[in-house]
Amino acid sequence: MARTITYREAINEALAQEMERDESVIVMGEDNAGGAGSPGEEDAWGGVLGVTKGLYHKFPGRVLDTPISESAFIGAAIGAATAGMRPVAELMFVDFMGVCFDQIYNQAAKFRYMFGGKAVTPVVIRTMYGAGLRAAAQHSQCLYPLFTHIPGLKVVVPSTPYDAKGLLTHAIRDNDPVMFFEHKALYDMAGPVPEEGYAVPFGEANVVREGGDVTIVTLGRMVHTSLEAAEQLAAAGVQCEVVDLRTTSPLDEDTVLESVEGTGRVVVVDEAHPRCSVATDISALVAKKAFGALRAPIEMVTAPHTPVPFSSTLEDLYMPDAQRIVNAVKTIAEWTR
Amino acid sequence: MTDTAERRALTREQLLSVYRTMRSIREFEERVHAEFATGEIPGFVHLYAGEEASAVGVCSNLDDRDTIASTHRGHGHCIAKGVDVSEMMAEIYGRRTGSCHGKGGSMHIADLSKGMLGANGIVGGGPPLICGTALAAKIKGTGGVSVAFFGDGASNQGTTLESMNLASVWNLPAIFIAENNGYAEATSSTWSVASDNIADRAAGFGMPGVIVDGFDFFAVHETASEAVSRAREGGGPTLIEMKFTRYFGHFEGDQQTYRAGEVEHARAELDCLRRFAARVIETGELARSDLDAVDAEVATMIDKAVDEAKAAPLPTEADLLTDVYSHY
Repeated sequence: MARTITYREAINEALAQEMERDESVIVMGEDNAGGAGSPGEEDAWGGVLGVTKGLYHKFPGRVLDTPISESAFIGAAIGAATAGMRPVAELMFVDFMGVCFDQIYNQAAKFRYMFGGKAVTPVVIRTMYGAGLRAAAQHSQCLYPLFTHIPGLKVVVPSTPYDAKGLLTHAIRDNDPVMFFEHKALYDMAGPVPEEGYAVPFGEANVVREGGDVTIVTLGRMVHTSLEAAEQLAAAGVQCEVVDLRTTSPLDEDTVLESVEGTGRVVVVDEAHPRCSVATDISALVAKKAFGALRAPIEMVTAPHTPVPFSSTLEDLYMPDAQRIVNAVKTIAEWTR
Repeated sequence: MTDTAERRALTREQLLSVYRTMRSIREFEERVHAEFATGEIPGFVHLYAGEEASAVGVCSNLDDRDTIASTHRGHGHCIAKGVDVSEMMAEIYGRRTGSCHGKGGSMHIADLSKGMLGANGIVGGGPPLICGTALAAKIKGTGGVSVAFFGDGASNQGTTLESMNLASVWNLPAIFIAENNGYAEATSSTWSVASDNIADRAAGFGMPGVIVDGFDFFAVHETASEAVSRAREGGGPTLIEMKFTRYFGHFEGDQQTYRAGEVEHARAELDCLRRFAARVIETGELARSDLDAVDAEVATMIDKAVDEAKAAPLPTEADLLTDVYSHY
């Protein structure tokens, strides 16, 4: 039965239910319990934003705090995955990939292929991404395009509490390495989530709003910004279809193409930088496979090609917002050819 | 520790097995060296000849519960952990019958069913991984031990140092084997390693650090035996530094102009196979004829492996796209 819980609680619930269901599921990361070796409370934090709170006492010995050594513990999660465990490691902010990327893209991603199909590496790496918290250039990036580029990795970017629980459940049960991106500005967002365990499959985009005039393809936090824009546009007489990709690898090409075949117009909305991104990837896909259906140029609404700025004035300008989406949609809605 | 150190007695069968494995590695590498020169072997190949006592001295203490991670110079570790020699040779030739169906090559030979988590093309790639396999063994209570082999080059990588710290913090059944063969590519470890010894670094991570003559099988075996026993019993990790040299270049084709005669000296005076033979013949544990018989048997095995590899089918176009994912 569904009740309303937050994105944070949904993730915690997926972890707890999968740990209950399968004793090979373990959790590790910096302060995932919190307070290790300290004189005060154990399970002091439950992760830096409290996502894993409570698991430490519920599952003794299966929630491991780590030193701040991302290469070592992300690599350890990967190694443990090759040895029969299903580790869920937390890379606190995805910006920290720089200090452990080798273990992810050269080791985990490639084992199966390099070893001739003789390895499975069922590891999940949960990580926070995204701007909007005035966290500045090294704690705010949307780096899922870098992981999407790598064969062997699966990349998940949930937008709602329902998807966060279902996609994480699927990620834990999946036999391939999964990067699981949690937008830090969504943790307190509430939504309906069934109490029982369920898995949302990968590679199945979600049409979160139907409309016949313009397709908006988006993901993660930008789904909500896009829906806000779609509301405003509906009032102005333009009906948008909003496609939430849910996963960037695998990518549900069919749902994107079917929508664009119907509308002939597409805006891709992505919080990441514009170059070599999900926005350009979707644009190329549409240009290549739905060119005949296009009635207007493809539009992209993205962050600029700059680091994430600190000052609230600048960060607000940096983030794609509903107004920019409205403007992009209006530009192509009028276009005829 | 020296040749004359006290050691746990090995049975005649164990001694023959150890010698056979060391001889197999030597013969394998000498043969790959010769075949590479003909141009038939593609890619990058890094040979382990000279270092056999390390892989075999350590792995002869391990069993099916145990996992090792290797390096770009990984053929010896693979053979010592029981990976099929014919499949390895086929892999090096890029054949479909290879250990990895021709998709890995020399630097990525692996056999997880044997606890061999792969040679590794990234210097310092293995130590974090064996923290994970050691953690899995600890949680599951298998008694398994995990070993990371790495070189003097990797001893300067953050991944290695982070992993030694984590292994102590988590009290893992992990063993770190620093194979100091004197050179990281063409750079001397006397220059690149700021401490006098790699083993000295163990103190910084709260674990014992031991230096071993890497040419001395018995010394390696004994030291590794102690470390393995302690790890199995929950006593935590150990760092062991092997001091020796490699007989070939960093890679095949390396002209080795940075070296100055130490290989000739090592082959003549220090060689692990010669010393092993002299020792077991002197003690009467094995006869020269026993060793000669093994040499002949191994030579035949390697001949066969090369012949089979050359005759084996190449991968097909269909193989290009398989095994990227379990399911996609």
